[in-house]
Formats: sequence, structure tokens, C-alpha cells
Amino acid sequence: MSGETLKVSLRITNGFALDVAFDVPPGVTVLFGPSGSGKSTTLSAIAGLVRPSSGRISIGDDVWFDSAEKTHVAVHRRRVAFVFQSLALFPHMTALENVVYGMERALDPGSRAKRAVALLERLRVPHLADRKPRTFSGGEAQRVALARALATSPRVILLDEPFSALDRELRIELISDLRESIRELDVPVLFVTHHRQEARALGERLVLLEGGRVQRIGKVAELATGTDASFDETPLDADRMLEP
Amino acid sequence: MELAPLVLSFQIAATATVVAAVLGIGLATLLANTRFPGRDLVDVIATAPIVLPPTVLGYYLLVALGRRSAIGHAFEAIFGSSIVFTRTGAVVAATVGALPLVVKSARAALEGVEPTLMRAARTLGAGPARAFFTVQLPLAGRGIVAALMLAFARSLGDFGITLMVAGDIPGETQTASLAIYDAIQEHRDAAALGMVLTLTTIAIAILYAVNKLTGGRDVR
Repeated sequence: MSGETLKVSLRITNGFALDVAFDVPPGVTVLFGPSGSGKSTTLSAIAGLVRPSSGRISIGDDVWFDSAEKTHVAVHRRRVAFVFQSLALFPHMTALENVVYGMERALDPGSRAKRAVALLERLRVPHLADRKPRTFSGGEAQRVALARALATSPRVILLDEPFSALDRELRIELISDLRESIRELDVPVLFVTHHRQEARALGERLVLLEGGRVQRIGKVAELATGTDASFDETPLDADRMLEP
Repeated sequence: MELAPLVLSFQIAATATVVAAVLGIGLATLLANTRFPGRDLVDVIATAPIVLPPTVLGYYLLVALGRRSAIGHAFEAIFGSSIVFTRTGAVVAATVGALPLVVKSARAALEGVEPTLMRAARTLGAGPARAFFTVQLPLAGRGIVAALMLAFARSLGDFGITLMVAGDIPGETQTASLAIYDAIQEHRDAAALGMVLTLTTIAIAILYAVNKLTGGRDVR
């Protein structure tokens, strides 16, 4: 399963107009652009939460969506790890129950719990196992949400600005932890952000989105050094707030 | 104080609440989570008993469930007794009165659950049914329990629909609300007062509990 590339080509015509095509090889690809550029909608379409008007989404040999063949694999059969901006931890479940929720149900409960504890440990929050989300700090909630997403043995990881609510230090710490966890999985990761520093810290490749279209595809390194005007000159309010 | 009508009222209200719970939560789920043609019409019909006169509702039920109707006929062939003017009819009457409360409140409770949580459940491999039973329903739990308590209180107090569909047969369909009416007609004021106070106490206790149950969530 490792080494698969996610191929995305989709158009949405009703309501918000979106027309994008790009590949996501294993590793982190940053989906960058101002708010309203279509980043979240693109993620939702890949996950199957939104059905595109036309196009094709595939991973390895599996086709998740193909308008020509009328293929549309249901959300819950895609094995996509989605970390939402709001995190969406289940408030009535403990951290452990949240993490176990998405695990393959073929596993027996004992080994599921064991794996969940291991994941919470890796993300440095084993002490939260029996606590419910309302008692978590912002950073703790992020870590549990990441553990829950990684627990599904995902084929693709989609991160929708998961660190937007955190302060700078916490964000840097989490990004380095996340980078380690993702490297082992060797799956395509699409990381939505409009923070340049996050993009630089986490990403290898970058897809620049604007007004529902791909403006540019390249390496984070070249784009971030200022060789590409459209990247560094994108007006981003939240990014300015991040600067000390 | 006459106990028999009160006991009968409790039995009928409890049964009606169970029936209204199954039908009402099912309808509420359908209305909250799906889009289908005629959805607004279903919503209106499910809510209509709140505003329609009991006599009108009773009339429809008599036509639909009476001994000469298809449903009434089939029921009698299977169970050996008719729906109307029996305890079954009283349960049907109480259920119809309570159903809109369950549908309205349960729907609001289900729609009040953050949609992203259901999306998260789906991306975590849960099909629509699992997402509903493990995330949406538990999180709407308080609102739904409150809805069922209101339904019970409403069933306990029904007068008009019961009278139309089930009559006023002592020991069979004479619930407390009907017995109060009869007692006053016959100047048995003490008997009426006992039942009046009992029903009032129960209604107030239920409303208080419902406020506690739903208020706690709003504050947070």
C-alpha cells in the first residue's frame, strides 16, 4: 500500500467554482492559498464528503471518483485520515475511545486499545487516555485528533489547517512531532495552510491555489525563498499575525 | 381519590410514549438527515396535531381505524378486538397527540449536533448507520429524553382525541382526564380535585425536569 500516489482532477460547478488537477505523491504536499481559494472544498472532495461535478480521483490502482464511469466510493470506504480545522473530537468519548473509533474492526478490542495507547504515547498525550475532550488544552486536543487520524491506517492523510488555533511555539513543536509520525507511514499527505512558516516547516511539494484554480505546482523550498513572486506576495492576514 | 383512572392513564401514556418514541425518532431522523421529495409535507403532517382540534383528529382516526376501515378490519381479524373504543384506541389517541412533540424536539436535537462530527465519523470508516448510532444519537440524547418526557406528559393529559376514538368506558378507556370531567358533571368534587392535583403535580415535575435537562446544555 505504501508508495501510492493520489491523483486528483476535479471540477465543481454548482455554487463555489473549482477546477483543479494535481498529483500527491507519498510525503507532504502543502495546499497553499488565501481563504476562499478552494482548499477545504478540495479536501472534502478527496475525502468523498463533497461530490465533484466531474473529474477523477484515484489512489494507486483504486479509483475513488470518476464522473465518466459514475464511480463514487463512499466516504467510509476510502480510508482517508481527515483532521478538521475544528478537530471534531467526539465530545462524549474519551481520548482512547476517540482513537479506537476509526481502527479496523477486524482487530480485537484488546489490541485496538493497545495500539491506541501506543499512538497517544507517540504524540505525548498518554495521560489523556481516559479523559474527555472538554478537559483538553488546545495543543492536547490537536495531538489526540492527530492520533485518531493516524490510527486508521490511512491511505491518504488530509490536514485542514489543524494548527490554526495554536500559538507559535506549540505549533512548531507539533509540526515536528507530526513530521515524524507521517514519515513512517509513507502515504500521500495533503496539508492545507495559509501560513508560510507552516508550509516551510512541513512541506516538500507545494500546490498554490487561488480563486478555485491551481496557480502553481512546485517545491516548497524554491517557492518559499522568494524566487516565486506569487507565493510570497500572496496577502495573508493570518500569516502576518504569526510574525513576532 | 379514584385510583383506577390514574393507573389506566399511566399505562396508556407509557405505551403511547414508547410507540411515539419509535415513530417520532424515526421520522425526526428522516427529516433531519435526508432530503427527499415531499419532506416538507411530511413535516407539516407530523406537526399538524399540535394545531388541529382534537375532534378533527378524532374524526380522521375514526375514519382510518374504525371497524369498517381496511386497517380496523384487518386488526380485528388478527387480534379479535377493534381498535376504536378499546384501550388500543386510547393508546392510538395518546400517541397521535404526543407524536408532534417527539418529532419537533428530537429533530431539533439531532440537527443541533455539530455536522463536522458526523463527517469525522464517516472519514473514520463509519457508515451512515454507525455514525448515527454512535455519534449523532448519543449527542442528541438529552434533547431526545426531554422530548420523550414531554410526550409522556402530553399523553397523560389527553382528553379530546381519546374521547373521540376510545370513548369514556370506565375501566377500559376512562383515563384520568375523562374521569375528572365525569366527576365534575356528577358533583363529585373531591374525587375530581384529587385527580386534578395529581395530574398537575406530575406535569409540573416533568416540565421542571425537562428544563433542567435541556437548560444545562444551552448554558455551556
